[in-house]
Amino acid sequence: MSVEFFTREGKLRGGERMILRRGLRWGGFLILLVLLLLAGCKKKAAPPPAPPPPPPAPAAPTATLRAVPSAIERGQSTTLSWNSTNATELRLEPGVGSVGPQASTTVSPARSTTYTLRADGPGGHAEASARVTVTVPPPPPPPPVTRLSIDQAFAQRVRHAYFDFDKADIRPDARLALTQTAEFLREYTEARVLIEGHCDERGSTEYNIGLGTQRVNAAREFLLSLGIAANRIEVVSYGKERPFCFDSTEECWQSNRRSHFVLIR
Amino acid sequence: MRSSRIPALARSPERATTPPAALPLLLVLLGLACLPLQVQPQEDWFRTGTGLGVEKIRLAVPAFAAQSTEVETPAGVFNFVLQRDLEWSGLVELVSPSFFPLGIPFRPVELKHEDWSAVPANADMVAYGSLRFADGQLMVDAWLSDVRNPRAPAVIAKRYRADLTQQQARGLAHQLADEIVERLSGGVPGIARSRVAFVSNRTGSKEIWVMDYDGYNEEQVTHCGFICLTPRWSPDNSQIAYTAYERTRASAEVPRTSIHIHSLVMNRRIAFPAIGGTTTTPAWAPNGTEMALSSSRTGDQEIYVGASDGTRLRRLTYSRGVDISPAWNPRTGQQIAFVSDRGGAPQIYLMDADGSNVERLTDGEGYAVSPAWSPNGQLLAFAWQKDNTPFDIYVLDIATRRTIQFTRDSGRNEQPSWAPDGRHLVFQSNRTGHNQIWMMLADGTQARQLTFAGSNTAPHWSWGQP
Repeated sequence: MSVEFFTREGKLRGGERMILRRGLRWGGFLILLVLLLLAGCKKKAAPPPAPPPPPPAPAAPTATLRAVPSAIERGQSTTLSWNSTNATELRLEPGVGSVGPQASTTVSPARSTTYTLRADGPGGHAEASARVTVTVPPPPPPPPVTRLSIDQAFAQRVRHAYFDFDKADIRPDARLALTQTAEFLREYTEARVLIEGHCDERGSTEYNIGLGTQRVNAAREFLLSLGIAANRIEVVSYGKERPFCFDSTEECWQSNRRSHFVLIR
Repeated sequence: MRSSRIPALARSPERATTPPAALPLLLVLLGLACLPLQVQPQEDWFRTGTGLGVEKIRLAVPAFAAQSTEVETPAGVFNFVLQRDLEWSGLVELVSPSFFPLGIPFRPVELKHEDWSAVPANADMVAYGSLRFADGQLMVDAWLSDVRNPRAPAVIAKRYRADLTQQQARGLAHQLADEIVERLSGGVPGIARSRVAFVSNRTGSKEIWVMDYDGYNEEQVTHCGFICLTPRWSPDNSQIAYTAYERTRASAEVPRTSIHIHSLVMNRRIAFPAIGGTTTTPAWAPNGTEMALSSSRTGDQEIYVGASDGTRLRRLTYSRGVDISPAWNPRTGQQIAFVSDRGGAPQIYLMDADGSNVERLTDGEGYAVSPAWSPNGQLLAFAWQKDNTPFDIYVLDIATRRTIQFTRDSGRNEQPSWAPDGRHLVFQSNRTGHNQIWMMLADGTQARQLTFAGSNTAPHWSWGQP
C-alpha cells in the first residue's frame, strides 16, 4: 500500500499540497491510535481479581527398589527391598508379582536380571529398577592348567610292556606302551625308570633270569632308540621270582611276562 | 632197545633157564608190566652207567644193642639212621627183620654165619655191633661180616667214639653207613655225610640253606633279606657260590644281581667282584680254581669263564639270546654243558671249556634246561618239558645221546643234581602241591621227600669227599 502511495506521489508531483494534507490527516489518526493503545495498556497492567483455589490434585506415586547384594554367584540369593508411596498397585517383575508397598523378598535368579518395581496409583505411575548380576561359578573340574606331579604322570601314562611266551620281542602293543613311556620321560626330564624283567612260572628259575634280562634289554633299547638317555634307565631281571599273579592260567602268565616300569629319582 | 634186554635178563639166574623161543613173548609181557615204572628194565646201558645195574647184595642189619642205659636214646637214633642210610643207598637189599634167625650178634663170636646165610634170611652180609657209654663218650663197636665166607675176617671191624648226643649218634651212623657202602660198592664212598644246598622261602625271603642228604639238620646259610638263588658248592665243599639280588643303601631302588660266595668254614661272605649286568649261575670247575658264570655285562646273557675269585673273565659264547646255567664236566673239567635259546626254545648245549666245539645235545624238541653232570661225566640230567606236559627229569647219555625219562605223571620235576656216588639225584618237585626237595635213585625209583617247610627249590648236592 505504501508503495502505491509513493508511486502516486511521484506521479502526482503537481499536487504536493493535497498529498501533505492527506499525510497530516493520516498522521494525526495514527497518533490518536497510538495514544489510544497506550491508554488501553495502562488499563491492562492493573492486578486481576484473585482466582478461586483449585480442588487438590491426586499425588503421583513414588517407588524405590534396591538389591543387596547386587552381584551374586549362580545359586546364591539376594534381597530385593523396596519402598513406595501413593501407589495402589505394586508389581515387582519378573517373577515376584504383586507386592506390598514396603517390604523385601529374596530372589535367586539363574542369570543376571533387572528387577522392575512398577507403582500405579491415581496420580500416575512410577518405576524403579535394580539389576542383579549373576556370575556363573567356574565349572566344577577346572581344566588342568597345572602340570601333573611326576608320580601322577607316571601312574597315568607309563605302561608296562608285555611279551609272548619265551620271547623278548617287542610286540605292537608293547611298542605303543613304550612309546607312551618315552613321551613321559621326554616331558619329565627329572624322571628315571627301573625296568624289571619278569617271566611266567613256566621254565626254570635260571633260564627265566636270562629271559627276563633279554626282555628288559629289549625295552631299554627301544627307549634308547626313541632318544631317551641311557643314564635314565636302570634294569634288573627277576625272572620268575617276583610274579604279579600266582595262578596257572594263560591270563596270569601273560600278566607276568612283562617289562615292568618303576619310577626312580 | 629190545636186543639190550637179553643180556639184562640173562644175568638173572632164574631167567637164564627160560627157553629162547619164549623170550619174545616174555619180553612183551614184561614190557607191558613195566610200563608204569619210572625206568624200564631194558635200559641196561643206563644202569651200567650209574652202577645200579649190579645185583644188590642182601644185607642184614640187626639193631645194635645198647649196653648201658645212658646210650639207649642215642642207640635208637643210631639204629634208625643206619638202617635208613643203607636202605637209601640203592646198593643193598636189606633183609627183613622177620627173617632174622634167633640170636642177634653183638660181637663176632656171637655171629652164626650159616644161620644168616640160610633161608629165610638168605643174607650175604651182616652188619652188627653195640653201643655203650665209656669214658664219658658214646662208643660204637661195629662189624661187617661176609656170612657166605665164614673163614674170612670181618670186612669191617671198627670202633667209633663221639659225644653222647643224638646228633653225634646220627653222625656215627652216617659214618658207618658210608664205610659199609664204600666196601660193598667197590670203593665208591657213600653219601650219608654229604649235604644238599637249596633255596628256601620259609623265612619270608629267598635264602640259601643247606641240609644233610636225608633232609635233617637244615641250616640257613645266607641272610639276604630279599632274593638269593642258584647255590653251587665249591669242589672242596667249603664254599657256596650263589646269585644275590642286593638292595644296598647306595642302590636301594635298583637291586644289583651279582654272584656272592659264602665260606662255610668262616661262616661269612668272601669278596667277589661285581661283574655288571645280570650275573648269575656260578659253577665251579672241578679243579676249584676256575668258575663259569653267565653275565649280561655286554647286554646279552653270555657265558664266561674266569678264576674262581671272579677275575680274568673270558667270554665263551657269542650267540644272541640267553646262554646260561653252565655246568662243568666234573670228571674232566674239559667240557661245559649249558642252556641256550639260540635255536628258539632253550636247549642243552655242550662246548669245550675254551668255548669251541659247540653242539646241541637235546633234539630241539620242547624246552630243556638245568643240565647236571653225573660225577663220572658220562650222564647229563636235565629238566625237559615236551608235549605240553610239565617238566620232568631226563638223563642223557653223552656218548650215545640217548635219553631216558626219570619222573613221570607226578607234578613238575626240575633242577636235578647228582649225588657224589652217581647213584642218587636230588631235584625239586611240586607233586605235593608245593615245591619241595626230593631225592631218588638214579633210575627214577624210590623218590623221597626231604623238605617240608615253606617252598624249597634249586637243590645242589655237595661234591664227594676228596
